Amino acid sequence: MAGPRHISVSETSRPVLPRHAKLKYDETRQVWVILAPERVLAPDEIAVEVLQLCNGERNVGDVADQLAAKYAAPREAILADVIVMLQDLADKGFLTEAREKTS
Amino acid sequence: MSDLLGNIPPDTSDSLAVLEKQRSTAEAFGIPLAVLLEITHRCPLQCPYCSNPVELDRSGKELTTDEWKKVLSELAEIGVLQVHFSGGEPTARKDLVELVKHASDAGLYTNLITSAVLLTRERLSDLADAGLCHVQISFQGVEEGLADRVAGYRNAHRKKLEVAKWTREIDLPLTVNAVMHRQNLHQLPDVIQMALDLDADRLEVANVQYYGWALKNRAALMPTVAQLDECTRLVEEARERLKGRLTIDYVVPDYYALRPKKCMGGWGRQFFNISPAGKVLPCHAAESITGLEFESVRSNHSIAWIWQNSDAFNRYRGTGWMKEPCKSCEFREIDFGGCRCQAFALTGDAANTDPACALSPLHETIFKQAEREAEGETNRFLYRNFAGGTLESENDA
Repeated sequence: MAGPRHISVSETSRPVLPRHAKLKYDETRQVWVILAPERVLAPDEIAVEVLQLCNGERNVGDVADQLAAKYAAPREAILADVIVMLQDLADKGFLTEAREKTS
Repeated sequence: MSDLLGNIPPDTSDSLAVLEKQRSTAEAFGIPLAVLLEITHRCPLQCPYCSNPVELDRSGKELTTDEWKKVLSELAEIGVLQVHFSGGEPTARKDLVELVKHASDAGLYTNLITSAVLLTRERLSDLADAGLCHVQISFQGVEEGLADRVAGYRNAHRKKLEVAKWTREIDLPLTVNAVMHRQNLHQLPDVIQMALDLDADRLEVANVQYYGWALKNRAALMPTVAQLDECTRLVEEARERLKGRLTIDYVVPDYYALRPKKCMGGWGRQFFNISPAGKVLPCHAAESITGLEFESVRSNHSIAWIWQNSDAFNRYRGTGWMKEPCKSCEFREIDFGGCRCQAFALTGDAANTDPACALSPLHETIFKQAEREAEGETNRFLYRNFAGGTLESENDA
């Protein structure tokens, strides 16, 4: 069974898109989209970059480290932005946390 | 990053909205993001509000497996992102797993809209392995007596609960689709609890829309104004309480609105569906409008051509076809004159203003009639079937 549905994003969470939300590049419209039940979301470029790093293994702190290094920007500001963005996605039901393997 | 969700349609009736940046092959009216595939009209249930046309496609007319596969590939190619496998009952097709696999391989996001009663755990698991992304199960109520009576199928409710449980065990996301009307609206609080108990992410509280079969059953289904007000209150309260846990989409019957709904997001603007026989339709009820010819995927035309150029899609596109009071109405590009099928069914001309609109000369008459029916005692259903409907026995109603 699934774990707790609603997650609270922090520096130590290891978020990942759930099975029912798929990040995909839409060749026809030349935009990134998140496909979800009865919804198509259009993440902006930075959100896409964050989500591509969220593989369920990296935690949010690691993601902020990478972005801070890449853009030579202050880590704390990036971390705060990333948490807000991911929490927004989580509140809408499009983000989950990596679970322990049970098999 | 605050723009992340900027393009999510603000209200759920527009949830299939087209992205704003259009560079698709269908430049003027971009290819829809999502397409409804009614792969069969066969269904073991007999719900009196079925959204299928009264004239059902028989199984002999259905597209073959290869024809559906070709359709799926073509849809992916022209920029469709999601497909909804629906019916009838889509699991009545033996090739469903194969079709889902083909759609997934083509990169499509797949959704199954099902009554669930024909599914086994093994087949559901096979569908998940084939790449199915989401399952939506319809419910007719919260307890067997009423739910099975509405469905016209014994043990339907128990089976649905079982399949919903398997769905979550297999870790597929679940939407509970609850179709509401006068005879079950009192169960709404329990419907919401049932969705939570079943661990659904989404609940659709879908009041019946009165076309086709439902129009024939309007006297048995139409809610009272008081029921509807209470329903809206309960939904709003639950949305607030369950934020982040359960998303609730809400559809009201347009009879009690002053303004008509922007049906299908406007004719031929952001939606099409494909019927069991392969007709490409602007909405699932469009075949009820006589005098319109619908092109088939079996024709020599591509689906993109049919979407852009066929007469049926262009007939009621935009605002050029409108008569008064739509023609000069300030809301003409907001609601596009409401629903063409409803206008046809209630006025005999699809180009008339949808009587759901207060500006329609027929609005008052039809609203009063619905209100009288809602207060009435007619509870007998006309069940949906290939024989043109069967009236419920008087003892059961």
